[in-house]
Amino acid sequence: MKDNVEAKSVKIALAGNPNSGKTTVFNNLTGGRQHVGNWPGVTVEKKEGTYTHNSHEVTVVDLPGIYSLTAYSLDERIARDFLIREKPDAVVVVIDASNLERNHYLVTQLLELGAKVILDLNMMDMVRSRGVEIDTGKLSAVLDIPVIETVAFRGEGMEELKEAIAKAKAERGDSLKIDYDHDIEGEIEKLQNAVALPGYPSRWVAVKLLEGDAEVLKMVEDTGIAPLVLEAQTRLERHLGYDLETALVERRYAFLSGLVRESTKKRLDLMERLDLSDRIDRVLVNRFLGIPIFLAMMWLVFQLVFTLGAPLAEGIDLLMGWLGEGVSSGIGAVGGPRWLSSLLSDGIIGGVGSVLVFLPNIMLLFLAIAILEASGYMARAAFVMDRLMHALGLHGKSFIPMLLGFGCNIPGIMATRTLESEKDRILTILVNPLMSCSARLPIYVLFAGAFFPRNQGLVIFSLYLMGIILAVVVARIFKGIFFKGEVAPLIMELPPYRLPTIKGVLVHMWERSSLFLRKAGTIIFLGVVLIWFLASLPFGVEYASQESVIGRLGSVFAPLLKPAGFGFWQAGVALSFGILAKEVVVGTLGTLYGVEEAGLTGVIQAQFTALSAYAFMVMALVYIPCIAAIATIKRETNWKWTALAVGYSLVLGWGLAVLIYQIGAFIITLT
Amino acid sequence: MPLSMVRPGQRAKIRKIKGGRGLVGKLANMGLYPGVEIEVIANRPGPLILNTGGVRLGLGYGMANRILVSPIS
Repeated sequence: MKDNVEAKSVKIALAGNPNSGKTTVFNNLTGGRQHVGNWPGVTVEKKEGTYTHNSHEVTVVDLPGIYSLTAYSLDERIARDFLIREKPDAVVVVIDASNLERNHYLVTQLLELGAKVILDLNMMDMVRSRGVEIDTGKLSAVLDIPVIETVAFRGEGMEELKEAIAKAKAERGDSLKIDYDHDIEGEIEKLQNAVALPGYPSRWVAVKLLEGDAEVLKMVEDTGIAPLVLEAQTRLERHLGYDLETALVERRYAFLSGLVRESTKKRLDLMERLDLSDRIDRVLVNRFLGIPIFLAMMWLVFQLVFTLGAPLAEGIDLLMGWLGEGVSSGIGAVGGPRWLSSLLSDGIIGGVGSVLVFLPNIMLLFLAIAILEASGYMARAAFVMDRLMHALGLHGKSFIPMLLGFGCNIPGIMATRTLESEKDRILTILVNPLMSCSARLPIYVLFAGAFFPRNQGLVIFSLYLMGIILAVVVARIFKGIFFKGEVAPLIMELPPYRLPTIKGVLVHMWERSSLFLRKAGTIIFLGVVLIWFLASLPFGVEYASQESVIGRLGSVFAPLLKPAGFGFWQAGVALSFGILAKEVVVGTLGTLYGVEEAGLTGVIQAQFTALSAYAFMVMALVYIPCIAAIATIKRETNWKWTALAVGYSLVLGWGLAVLIYQIGAFIITLT
Repeated sequence: MPLSMVRPGQRAKIRKIKGGRGLVGKLANMGLYPGVEIEVIANRPGPLILNTGGVRLGLGYGMANRILVSPIS
């Protein structure tokens, strides 16, 4: 019985270039049955889904979007390691069929690695509309793999794909042999005989060694083969008269263009009309208009998030207030204990509620980011910012992680994986927490709303801007100290502009917003319960008074915060707990004062001045990344860089808050 | 001539890629290799955008200087 079940469970990997429609295929296959790896604690970010087809239980692992299986970026290495170590039953490669040659490059690399490939020719509608015919039968015969035509966004070809996947397990997988010409083949053979890596096809290892693949070279370090490889490389380069890497690339492409020539009827012509996308590009990435347009876009995003978010937030606030009162009077009516009523309404509903209020803002921000991504503008933004980023010592590609950081620093930090150079990557990670994430937004909304009601948007914008400027300065300084040298050059695919689909954008928004919700359900929930206990103990003290455990704790920190203008214990406690998650700052204040957001405004107006409120917001912006971000930095770098990220931000945050308060106070005494 | 000198609308064939180990392979992954034909879509002012087989690639200025091409009239 058990054997039977196992025989029918199939594990496949989904690979493909970015922009090939891979995500759409993944969604079509697995529908709602997906699992997105939670960021903290998971070593590799991966999306998994399952579906059943004719009693086959199929698990689909979505690999990162890659162009090849070299090891230039972390994404490529993750994909390669997965394929080699986990040996999935099949690899479905989704390619944009309208550019077969380029997109086949990944396919040949997978075949050389000996993976069982199913080729998914996606976007066939585009191919057909251009009057091109692809002979899939021939393609399938030459490569000896199943080839399926699909139009993923319309769901076409999915049944056929599922059918091919179900059969894949039974098929044998031969590695493809590209003929690299006599001289090179000779050296490949020699190396094949000289070295073996368990689990890797020997020919693949030999080719990779000749190519100078750093990762593979490291794996065979102990075998002492390095001099042999170097010898072979020099010998070949002398023969060829130019560098070996180019030679290997040329051979692969020669094979591919032969393949494409044979299997397509009308070759895709290079001369296409300058399409709409190109004309838009000439305006949007123009040297003079590019940056102003970009800034205007960002301004629009902020308007969307705040103007549209405010009434929704008020709705949730009303609901929470009503819920809190309902619960406490309900418990009172049935004669329940007072502490329970306090825990539920002051602690949990007050704390979590004051954070949930910001869900609309956060969802709108993620919605805006998803639209920018899906429309194709995000990739252009990297180019618009390239010059500027270079001037700052960062890479154009650093820009996207930074932008994502505005949503949440964790995906921002993870997105640095697309940067090829380790130096650029670490630098981008280090300054990423200065991008003001959406979790800090609740703090600004609360304080700016209470103290700067007329200029709320402007004040919040100034904080975001300050984060960016600080990131620039810090990056410059760190680059000078730790990462001297040139920034890696930039090359990136620019997907055509598209109207984002409503479904796609909503799915993306939900994926990210649900991370926030999950945090509200776990870390924040635990945080507020803990705070409630600390605020209620020892028994008999007035709730959240200075005599409570938490009050005493906060009093220890308070003197340190005095020069910044908020030297009272509640602020100290809120900031300490904010390290759990920045949203907790507001939640903590809510719990400590035993009020929801509406009431909170009045309370903080009594304690802060406009100046100290601004200093507090700056402190909240800069000081220490949240626990989840720290864990992510650690995972993506090492302890040394993590300690630096925590240390510099704490010093910088405190220093700035003090500076702002002192200078501000000085100016006020003058006037 | 370097790719960075090619005017928008002009087509060219890639001749040589000047760069350390890895750059050739990296560009090959993106579909740029000696022998391939490209068309420059946009260039100066602003970043260089080119078309290779229907795909638009954006290149930073430093990158465009390392690619040598011969124009096709």
